[in-house]
Amino acid sequence: MLSTLIAKTFWLPEQASTFAKSHDALFYFIYWTMVIFFVAIVGTMIYFAVKYKKRSDDDRTSPLEGNTKLELAWSILPSFLLIVMFAWGFKGYMSMLIPPANATDVHVTGYKWGWNFTYHTGDVGNNELIVPLGQPIRLIMSSEQTSPDDMAVLHSFYVPAFRIKRDVLPYRYTVLWFEATELGSFDIFCTEYCGTGHSNMIGKVIVVPPEDWEAAISSGRDFVDDGSMGTLAEFGEMTFGRAGCPACHSVEGQRLTGPALNGVFGREEAIEGGAPVMVDEDYLRESIMEPQAKIVNGYPRTMPTYAGQLSPDQIMGLVEYIKTLQ
Amino acid sequence: MSSTAIGADSHGSSGHEEKNYLNATRGLKSWIFTVDHKRIGIMYLGAILTFFLIGGLLAIAVRLELFSPDPVLTKDPSLYNKLFTLHGAIMVFLVLVPSIPASIGNFILPLQLGAKDVAFPKLNLASLWVYCIGALFLIAVILTKAVETGWTFYTPYSKDSASSVVLATLGVFILGFSSIFTGLNFIVTIHKMRAPGMTWRRLPLFVWAMYATSIIQVLATPVIAITMLLMLLERTLGIGIFDPALGGDPVLYQHFFWFYSHPVVYVMILPGFGIISELVTVHSRKNIFGYNAIAISSVSIAIIGFLVWGHHMFVSGQSPLASVIFSALTFFVAVPTAIKVLSWVATMYGGSIRFTTPMMYTFSFLFLFSIGGLTGLLLSTLATDVHLHDTYYVVAHFHYVMMGGTLIAFIGGIFHWWPKMTGKLYNEKWGNISAILVFIGFNITFFSQFVAGTQGMPRRYYTYAEQYQPWQQLSTIGSWVLALGLFTAAGVLLKSIFGGQRSPHNPWGAVSMEWETATPPIEHNFHEQPICEHGPYDFPEIDHTMGPAH
Repeated sequence: MLSTLIAKTFWLPEQASTFAKSHDALFYFIYWTMVIFFVAIVGTMIYFAVKYKKRSDDDRTSPLEGNTKLELAWSILPSFLLIVMFAWGFKGYMSMLIPPANATDVHVTGYKWGWNFTYHTGDVGNNELIVPLGQPIRLIMSSEQTSPDDMAVLHSFYVPAFRIKRDVLPYRYTVLWFEATELGSFDIFCTEYCGTGHSNMIGKVIVVPPEDWEAAISSGRDFVDDGSMGTLAEFGEMTFGRAGCPACHSVEGQRLTGPALNGVFGREEAIEGGAPVMVDEDYLRESIMEPQAKIVNGYPRTMPTYAGQLSPDQIMGLVEYIKTLQ
Repeated sequence: MSSTAIGADSHGSSGHEEKNYLNATRGLKSWIFTVDHKRIGIMYLGAILTFFLIGGLLAIAVRLELFSPDPVLTKDPSLYNKLFTLHGAIMVFLVLVPSIPASIGNFILPLQLGAKDVAFPKLNLASLWVYCIGALFLIAVILTKAVETGWTFYTPYSKDSASSVVLATLGVFILGFSSIFTGLNFIVTIHKMRAPGMTWRRLPLFVWAMYATSIIQVLATPVIAITMLLMLLERTLGIGIFDPALGGDPVLYQHFFWFYSHPVVYVMILPGFGIISELVTVHSRKNIFGYNAIAISSVSIAIIGFLVWGHHMFVSGQSPLASVIFSALTFFVAVPTAIKVLSWVATMYGGSIRFTTPMMYTFSFLFLFSIGGLTGLLLSTLATDVHLHDTYYVVAHFHYVMMGGTLIAFIGGIFHWWPKMTGKLYNEKWGNISAILVFIGFNITFFSQFVAGTQGMPRRYYTYAEQYQPWQQLSTIGSWVLALGLFTAAGVLLKSIFGGQRSPHNPWGAVSMEWETATPPIEHNFHEQPICEHGPYDFPEIDHTMGPAH
């Protein structure tokens, strides 16, 4: 037991993403600040306890009731350290929020109890996320129900070796990105309590050399049964036609009943009676499931909801298809 | 508060037998329908310690299951989930929230003010009854409706859990009423019933802490009622508020929950701060270092505590801007808290420190709470919180604060005021041994959880990856030492009731007003209205001829 304790890095797991190094530097800065303050406080306490231990019933004690200079000093001086911690943590947090433009998107679906990973190629992996070494990966995550009788619940996607974590919400997309720096296999844990199988909701990230990546993910099964479909976006294009979307949405720029969809992704749209929104995956999804929520200025409120009519895969495909429209 | 009362058994108690609050009236009814704040405090103490025992046994069961990733106690993960839900809910809502204010606070606060009771004695009794009803209701809901959501009751898990969460919140709401009653009572009592001469500057710091706590109780508790109403509307009318299937937002529930529950963290810890201010002065024979700073920091913690709830949600999907603001505000809370700790340590300077049992618990508090407070820095920092959020690191952090802080102070306070409450002395040597055992057991149990957490072990796991097993096992072994220490403390106190020496009038030589009256106190606290002539920490040992530098 003891040997296992010593053999491992005492505080943090291995570093396997670009975030890990900068995270750990901040971690140890705060850690040593904590240690120094702790030793100073408890050391002083022990020193006083020994030095001023009761000697006799005739002990006289100091009339000291405070010291303004000392009190001001210990109120103000540590604040500078706190500001450094805050600013450093802020910087790290922002870098985790903003993925690079060249990141590859992978859709993540959390369910009770496991993870599905859908790649742009249309391949699906279960509980195994395969990513290329040294390339930024952007995860578009949502939680789905396993059966119509049950509810989709909160999960959280956590890879300790990458130092990343983000809650996965029902019927909504949250985004997380990373770039793996080590080949190998790393734990994925669910860290938002999700019921009976919570602790079994364990997956692996497998980091492979970039040249092996396409082959590695295509070893997974194809999520479209008929085997005819290619990429996720192509599947989306098929769905787009089948669900009747072209009746109101052009993909070449004409104004029909609804807005044209080419070039819409990543654009800022003016919204009727609300603040402008940046068109991202979450807005596209919301506009399919709950079209009345945020209507683009100047368009009628005529689109029906597709909630319950499209499968999560179809929504995923539609979103990816719309992203490809220029 | 004449100085002749200090240090010795100079009046009252020993010779003639005057009736005290315990034997003034007899029979079960004289307790159930009492309006005496001391009896209500004692009954609260009994109820809270009973729930502490139950919650503790549940913790032992949880730790036992975690001894191995394979099944130990049960093969059913949902039973494990119920165990930790019950442990968390009992410890937070039935033990920590009422712990110090309802028991020691009820007993001591009016005595420290020189009052004959709290302002509204019947409301005080109602508070106890409501607490008992709420406690039984909450436990019944968790047991019968199979709530296994954890004490935070986050929605949604399943359709079944959604309905039982409404009932569980109702339980918390009922308990909240008892908190509001106590809080309201204390605020009015502190404002209106202080003895002549007891200026705000002469209030014992325990009273200041109770004052800050009461403000939070009165202001924060209604939010849980609002949450419950919204949940009821959602369930009965199908309006989507929290349930995403109805178009609601589960993150909104988290905002509501923490808007209540974060201030409540300070309801739990501020009374502990109050006790430590009393203990460190009395047992060091020193005036408090920085009275104003400690009093003001209690109130400022109460205020800032309302503005930091979002730091529980850095990875929840709340807006990044909100996370940044909450992170910055959270660092502000660190400052008044640090001021308190440093002031307590400075109070020991130049003292004549008695290594009594209450003082041993005070040392333990300063050690453990320092760790609890400092480890919060890694959680208020955004980038490091992402890695540590919802891991065992958080579990360890809040146990260091809540158990190492609040409950250690609570136990220290019980030992300090035990002679006042019961009129009996306990065995100091065994009292000290209990403090040392609790200290060692606590550190083994929870320090190992810091390491498991930084290495990535998520909380609320029935089974876990095998690399965490050594730390889990160490933690489980520590829980046995901790339990041994707590049972030792209980044994020491129980034995004193049935065979302890009669306590002298003022065993610690304290000079605050609760020691002015008989030990144990007479039914109406004081024979005549006491007059406050000096501060609560003007001990006779203090040598005013010395320069302050000595």
